[in-house]
Amino acid sequence: MKHLAVLAALLAPVPALADIDPSNWDAVKAEAEGQTVFWNAWGGSTTTNDFIAWVGERVAEDYGVTLEHVKLTDTADAVTRVLSEKQAGEDDDGAIDMIWINGANFAAMKEADLLFGPYAEQLPNWALVDTEGKSVQTDFTVPTEGYESPWAMAQVVFDYDTADLAEPLGSMQEILEWTAANPGRFTYPQPPDFLGTTFLKQVLVDILPDASVLAVPATDENYDIVTEPLWAYLDALTPNLWREGKAYPATGTAMFPLIADGELDLSISFSPGAASTAIANNELPPTVRTFVLDKGTIGNASFVAIPYNSGSKAGAMVVANFLMSPEAQARAQDPNILGYGTVLDMDALSDEDRAMFDALDLGVATLSPAELGTVQAEPHPSWMIRIADDWMTRYGVAQ
Amino acid sequence: MNSRRFLPLLPALTLLAMLGPVVAGLWGTLMPAFGHLPAAGLTGPSLDPFRDLFDWAGLPRAMLLSVSTGLLATSISLLIVMLVTAGWSGTRPFRVLERLLSPLLSVPHAAAAFGLAFLIAPSGWLSRLLSPGVTGWDRPPDLLIVQDTWGLTMTAGLIVKEVPFLLLITLAALGQADAKRSVTVAQALGYGRVTGWLKTVFPRVYAQIRPPIYVVLAYSMSVVDVAVILGPNTPPSLSVQIVKLMSDPDLAMRLEGAAAALVQLGLVIGALVFWRLGEVVAGRLGRRWVASGARGRFDPVVAEVALLAGVASALAVLLGLVVLTIWSFAGFWGFPDALPDQFTWRNWMRFGPGTLEALGETALIAVTVAMVALILTIGCLEAEYRYGLSFSARAVWLLYLPLLIPQTAFLPGLQTLMLNVGADVGRLPVMLAHLVFVLPYVFLSLADPFRAWDTRMGTIATALRASPNGVLWRVRLPMLLRPILTALAVGLAVSVGQYLATLLIGGGRVATLTTEAVALASGSDRRAIGVYGLMQTGAALVPFTLALLIPALVWRNRKGLRHG
Repeated sequence: MKHLAVLAALLAPVPALADIDPSNWDAVKAEAEGQTVFWNAWGGSTTTNDFIAWVGERVAEDYGVTLEHVKLTDTADAVTRVLSEKQAGEDDDGAIDMIWINGANFAAMKEADLLFGPYAEQLPNWALVDTEGKSVQTDFTVPTEGYESPWAMAQVVFDYDTADLAEPLGSMQEILEWTAANPGRFTYPQPPDFLGTTFLKQVLVDILPDASVLAVPATDENYDIVTEPLWAYLDALTPNLWREGKAYPATGTAMFPLIADGELDLSISFSPGAASTAIANNELPPTVRTFVLDKGTIGNASFVAIPYNSGSKAGAMVVANFLMSPEAQARAQDPNILGYGTVLDMDALSDEDRAMFDALDLGVATLSPAELGTVQAEPHPSWMIRIADDWMTRYGVAQ
Repeated sequence: MNSRRFLPLLPALTLLAMLGPVVAGLWGTLMPAFGHLPAAGLTGPSLDPFRDLFDWAGLPRAMLLSVSTGLLATSISLLIVMLVTAGWSGTRPFRVLERLLSPLLSVPHAAAAFGLAFLIAPSGWLSRLLSPGVTGWDRPPDLLIVQDTWGLTMTAGLIVKEVPFLLLITLAALGQADAKRSVTVAQALGYGRVTGWLKTVFPRVYAQIRPPIYVVLAYSMSVVDVAVILGPNTPPSLSVQIVKLMSDPDLAMRLEGAAAALVQLGLVIGALVFWRLGEVVAGRLGRRWVASGARGRFDPVVAEVALLAGVASALAVLLGLVVLTIWSFAGFWGFPDALPDQFTWRNWMRFGPGTLEALGETALIAVTVAMVALILTIGCLEAEYRYGLSFSARAVWLLYLPLLIPQTAFLPGLQTLMLNVGADVGRLPVMLAHLVFVLPYVFLSLADPFRAWDTRMGTIATALRASPNGVLWRVRLPMLLRPILTALAVGLAVSVGQYLATLLIGGGRVATLTTEAVALASGSDRRAIGVYGLMQTGAALVPFTLALLIPALVWRNRKGLRHG
């Protein structure tokens, strides 16, 4: 019997070297069963970690896929890893099967041919995704072309403590005036943290009379002129920041304890539901609310991508598809769980699925989709890269 | 296996285990530092990476921070430990400090740093306890304490951890230094306690603890986790900047990171040379001071101040642990409440299962690695003793390489090496990578006590017809039980605390308490940090406790073997 088992193992079909076809979903599911997917995702948010653990349970139940969450401090660690593997010739079974990726890392990996795809638009649940109203096919203005699939929507909101700041502020100019009157009560994460750079972009988008210039790449000619008002704004803002701008919080969630302690009255967030979730977890006081600016705020989608050398691409696609399912999306939007915006088109859902979303209580501090107002487009990444570099020179090495 | 044939090979094997990866890793750093990184489509040689690095406006400050925190943390902690030992060894306060040593040592650097931050930040526990009653604050003051521009809080965070480390090493060395009788003689000649100790015992103790001091210096200069938690960010210290550059999505930044890593290496070497010169100068001045015959008028004052500093540094860690514990059970805890609104198990229910899983992984790796390191070390030292295979001075420096080179400089190269030899990511490669760091620490902890062992004991035993193995197993190792267990505990703690090696070589698939805790740290969830910090501390607490308890138990009726 033992010999037979060995023989059977030897005769079993060798895993195909060619990548699996994403549009043949039955084959994908069949191959996915039994695979282990290592999902490298930022591990700094305990609520996200809990959600990913739940996704793992569900895909194990439905598809026999084992999901392991590799908790990163910085998504770039994953990029480093894939690059090292490519350097070492590990092209077939790398350590990473899926990455929660941001715009800059996506652009870098896509350009270096480190990603598998296109696959996203062949996934069955793609049909439910709101491709019209939500920016799910571009990431920081870079076309995704199916090399990453969306799983959550994010939009800039400002968290404020109503115990100290009674009325929402309508524009970046008002925020500047308010900080002058209340020094030390506002800050933003230190660029190049993505929320920090998002704040800089938000300033620029809001104070420019016409932000359309940001949709195309920055040029040496227009960069200085366009960004000049931003630096003037920051020069005026910085002395009135928390710690006079000599230190900055590392990330967005690092500002929660500062609000809870009363060090900050106002902060920026890229997740409209995060404040409600944090209140539920005792991380923020119950008096915190959120607002958006009168002209609207920047929004984008969160994506997952699959490295070119993943050994479990089928499993990763099953997980990516599950993340876009109504079940996972409704759970992610529940502020008691995660509070992330959905990528789905409500009109494309069945009545039953839509009811799941309708039943959600979005939480005390979360604005309704209508209140969230206009979503401003992300500037082209070339702006962000130059602005983040300049920010570092001007404010990141304060003497 | 015939030990006669096997034993002489061990030193070579040990050096290979430590140096192979380092040399390969360095090569992997050197190439990109001079512009050669084919994976990013760049071929060298060129000096552009250095040019980019020197263009960075934050470089002078980052270098200064690295040097100043390293030198300050090392000299201040050494000063505290020497003066406390000189003024108080053998007294009750000293015995109390000794008993506190295991808990203090077992707190991993990251957990101690978090504890300190939770303690002294403007919204920290001290401020809460004093507000609003004493201070009048109903909101935290806007003061730059944590992440201060000069890195003083970061230096303090290093000192509170290096003081117990140096004290442990000093205690291990005291056993060989014949301190008690020397001080008794000096005091009989009219010398004060501190002066008498410094003039008679210090030179002998220092000679034994010198390697760990160099290690402390190199470590303090290139530390990443403490610097991230307590250090400034505008700009950060050089080692933090290297990690940032190395993980930038723009692959070309890796070249600049490699260049920065070489600069960091240069700084560490420079600081070590500087320290060595300082030793020579201190030695000259010291001899003059000894010859002057000064009896030490200010000894009582010096001793009091030193004790105060020692107690303060111990309290910073212990109260930090207390505040970590409170946070791990805290419901909502607003400022300036001295305690949370309510205590809850919720945080432990949420994070507990994750910590247990990570604890198993951590323990498996640490125990395996520390035991292998200990066996290799004892084998090396015994081979050296039996066959006169003593390392040349140059070979001893090779031993320090893994500790003197910033991890960020050679770990990516190490990763490539492992992939090249077909070693897949996972637990075993992580163990091998840990061994690179653990071996030198174990070796450094054990080598001097082992060599300082009175070989006449061996001669006597041989005269009583003991074989060489008999001498080793029945005389030498039992007599060296204390330093051996100390070395083992240090090895375990080093393995438990490894972050970059675990993350890079494990490909993120090996989750230890440290990688999990550091991943959480960037989000500043104080409740989660509390839970993970305590679990991390627990993982290292047990070995250190045993390192102190076992010798005391085994030698409860062998007074001369305890120490001093």
